[in-house]
Amino acid sequence: MTATAPDGARSFRWRRRSVLPGFGLSMGYTIAYLSLIVLIPLAGLGVRTASLGWDEFWKIALDQRVVSALQLSFGAALIAAIINTIFGVLVAWVLVRYRFPGRRWLDAAVDLPFALPTAVAGIALATLYAPNGPFGMILNDWFGVKVGFTSTGVVLALIFVGLPFVVRTVQPVLEEIDRDTEEVAATLGARRWRTVTRVIFPALFPAILTGFALSFARGVGEYGSVIFIASNLPFQSEIAPLLIVIKLEENNYAGATAIAVIMLVISFAMLFVINLLQAWSRKWFGHE
Amino acid sequence: MNSETASNRQKSKVRQAIGEGPKTRMVLIAVSLSFLGLMLIAPLLVVFVEAFSRGLGVYFDALALPDTMAALQLTLLVAAIAVPANLVFGVAAAWLIAKFEFKGKAFLLTLIDLPFAVSPVVSGLIFVLLFGANSALGPWLDGYGIKVLFAVPGIVIATIFITFPFIARELIPLMQQQGSSEEEAAVSLGASGWRTFFQVTLPNVKWGLLYGVLLCNARAMGEFGAVSVVSGHIRGLTNTLPLHIEILYNDNKAAAAFAVASLLAMLALVTLAVKTLLEARFAGEIAAQRRH
Repeated sequence: MTATAPDGARSFRWRRRSVLPGFGLSMGYTIAYLSLIVLIPLAGLGVRTASLGWDEFWKIALDQRVVSALQLSFGAALIAAIINTIFGVLVAWVLVRYRFPGRRWLDAAVDLPFALPTAVAGIALATLYAPNGPFGMILNDWFGVKVGFTSTGVVLALIFVGLPFVVRTVQPVLEEIDRDTEEVAATLGARRWRTVTRVIFPALFPAILTGFALSFARGVGEYGSVIFIASNLPFQSEIAPLLIVIKLEENNYAGATAIAVIMLVISFAMLFVINLLQAWSRKWFGHE
Repeated sequence: MNSETASNRQKSKVRQAIGEGPKTRMVLIAVSLSFLGLMLIAPLLVVFVEAFSRGLGVYFDALALPDTMAALQLTLLVAAIAVPANLVFGVAAAWLIAKFEFKGKAFLLTLIDLPFAVSPVVSGLIFVLLFGANSALGPWLDGYGIKVLFAVPGIVIATIFITFPFIARELIPLMQQQGSSEEEAAVSLGASGWRTFFQVTLPNVKWGLLYGVLLCNARAMGEFGAVSVVSGHIRGLTNTLPLHIEILYNDNKAAAAFAVASLLAMLALVTLAVKTLLEARFAGEIAAQRRH
């Protein structure tokens, strides 16, 4: 990043010289637009929180209903991200390594949750998994499991919205892995399972972590698909974003702001830890 | 002859060792297919099955409702403003980041990604705090007769915030990968900056750009959480298609809700179809690695 000046007159420049025009214009426009749309509005949230004061903030944060909503949002997102990681790696593996009819279609279908609006996904999942829906009935009659209108339904919706993240981060890395290393491991007498766990998995680990983090972050903030399939009862299946909406409808701006800030802080902290883990795993496994 | 068969046998042994047996393959493919079938294909099918469950008449009646038409118009209007706004930004940011070296680039990239990390509901809340009745800005704008919150401008701004990184995120890796030698050649031959951009850079990135626009558009038309918070749910005035779906569904008009939902599902299918086509045709011209 440190640019050296070609003329050597100054040892420090904040940008390297280029013959291309438009640096000033594109920098100015990018910073101005970014500030107007993202930075200033986000700063407003910070200002509003600061005006709350510690006592009021903690009173809202430790409210039982708020705590249980946060627990549900983060807990359900965690379970969904774990399930998505397991199946995401499997799907990426099948899509990259095997050839079978319909593979292209399947590959395209993985992106569906990115393109399908969450409200549409929400009412579709609610219809499928409601107690009288086709899947809900089977699960209830055969296994006695209730999915629709419970916290299990929340997890299900979060699996749907987070599904593409792990597949799409693992897939390109898996495509790039050199088959030679696997051959070497096999010729040296390693069993297939050992090759997969000791040779391939370490190379995939940073990508898997990234996919997990993206899926988790998406799940924590998700609103549209969840509110249709959950019964939205306080202490049972009320997610944190819904509680923000409820507080706003009650004109309780302080309450809504406090929950939003708690969500943002926890999310950023977790993403930071995952970034550290990634740096560590790169060093540990020696992969880029 | 003998040694050749022996070496062939050896080869197939190695090949087997680096792949999985046919049974394992079948099981893994079957598990993946059923997972994706249950989680993705089934919900998509349900949308169309439910939409047509009461017959074509009910389907088209639901679409022809004045509230549905108003919601459709508003959704198109919002996307028509939000997508070009983020397109101009995406191109400017990609030019800046891909063509120049400067300090703080990584930090700038993180800032551009910020809206991805913020919950849609929190995004909406941010603009409620900024333009609401007890903010500094809201009453001041109200004095000039400008309503932002619970009106169309608020919906547009919230949508721009939500779809902010999409096009930039698609273009930046693509333009970085292509380098800037072609542009440098054009400039040193005397082409102006704009001409260089339109005749050299744009043809190189057009497919990636189109894909970014499609993704941005799908999200702009389908955004629910942020728009729900800033819209105020005024029927016929501030209802977009996703909000209209919610109202119909909660009114126990499931067939009508699914009819409207089928419009957005078709939009999603078209987006995915164009994406698949672009990837098959222009694999090299769309960045291999991408995150949404």
